[in-house]
Amino acid sequence: MKLKVLAILTLVSMLTALYMIFLYAPREALQGDAMRIFYIHVPLAISGYVSAFLLFIGVIGFFRTGDLKWDRFGETAAALGVTFISAQLITGSLWSRPIWGPWWVWDARTTLQLVLDLIFIAYFMLRSYLPDPQKRAKLSAVFGLLGMIDVPINYLSIYLVRTQHPQAVVSPGGGGVSPEMGLTLTVSFTAVGLLYAYLFNRRLAIAKVEEEVDYLEQVVLAHE
Amino acid sequence: MKSMSAIIFKDIVIEMRNKESITSMLMFGVLVLVVFQFAFETINVERGLLAPGTLWVAFSFAAILGLNRSLAMEIDNDCLQGLLLAPISRGELYLGKVASNFIFMMIAEVIVLPLFVVFNNLDFNLKFLEVAAIACLGTLGIASIGTILSTISANTRIKEVMLPVLQIPLTVPVIIASVEATREVLTGDTRGISSWLYVLAGFIIVYLTASYLVFEFAVEE
Repeated sequence: MKLKVLAILTLVSMLTALYMIFLYAPREALQGDAMRIFYIHVPLAISGYVSAFLLFIGVIGFFRTGDLKWDRFGETAAALGVTFISAQLITGSLWSRPIWGPWWVWDARTTLQLVLDLIFIAYFMLRSYLPDPQKRAKLSAVFGLLGMIDVPINYLSIYLVRTQHPQAVVSPGGGGVSPEMGLTLTVSFTAVGLLYAYLFNRRLAIAKVEEEVDYLEQVVLAHE
Repeated sequence: MKSMSAIIFKDIVIEMRNKESITSMLMFGVLVLVVFQFAFETINVERGLLAPGTLWVAFSFAAILGLNRSLAMEIDNDCLQGLLLAPISRGELYLGKVASNFIFMMIAEVIVLPLFVVFNNLDFNLKFLEVAAIACLGTLGIASIGTILSTISANTRIKEVMLPVLQIPLTVPVIIASVEATREVLTGDTRGISSWLYVLAGFIIVYLTASYLVFEFAVEE
């Protein structure tokens, strides 16, 4: 029941966000319509960091309890991390082409997000080559921990080299954002947040079913 | 401390007998430098700008090769089982392996460095002591994380492929900091070097500590 409510809320908020992004929010003076992609781009970027944080929580939970539940939690966070960060990189690239010129600019945040994406993908690759659930949980937790510790260090080192990213364009409280724009951003944040919560819930359920199937397969094989 | 030096001693004896790790790293490092000379031969840019990057590509990929060798050696005859049965803590085992990996990488790098100077037509001067010092820090960073990652990747079927996949994204800060520090030394404009050295030192401290603490999970059966 709760899930259904969440699904409906997600749908409604996403439709509202789409309406507001394209019809309600005013055209940005300098960048024109290209700027509208930011309403999606920024929430996606934030969900990427949220995924990193949730994976970190999953890893710590697993180290403390040894419960596979936390392993599934971490895996789910990483799965959503890959999806959301990849989407964010694509939207960023689409924006960068008309505004900055190149498809890809190696600036601080872009690079950081790409590296984070690569860490999540490496996490998945590692998992897929470890058939035993216990071992998979343990080793991927170790990698997950090392990977998430890397995020702040990465941020620092990349930040020291290059910063070209637009700073104040869409950051909360940044200059030059009209109230309509702020409201649109809030709504799209809500929509992406709800979508994240819904997908997280579903992915977690799938991970649990997968684990049960694995277990049942082993039981059946043992009886044969 | 004693158990750590026992591990280092064991690794050095093995290396002196088969010379696999250092030779392969050395050869690979030189080949990378040579390939880069071909790759940049036709374009008209200043060599000094590209040099630090090529040097660290050579170092970091050679290090991956060495780490793969170092762990394959332990896995081949179930030597890792023997090490785990030895009465030493997992953390000390980790530190011992880091130290021996670090020593082998440094030996290979110390031989690659003069070749790097020759290939890039640089001058032999005191700057290269500074580059060697940066190489020490960067290599320790790579060894600290590479040792635990190679232990993880050794559990998979495709260990030689898995190690770079795991290691390269995590060593991005080390590569950036080392390349920038090396560039500053080579160009003589060393105003920003301290922040790069802090990044390197921070990376080493954080990863040595974290890996020391979780190494037991990585080797547990």
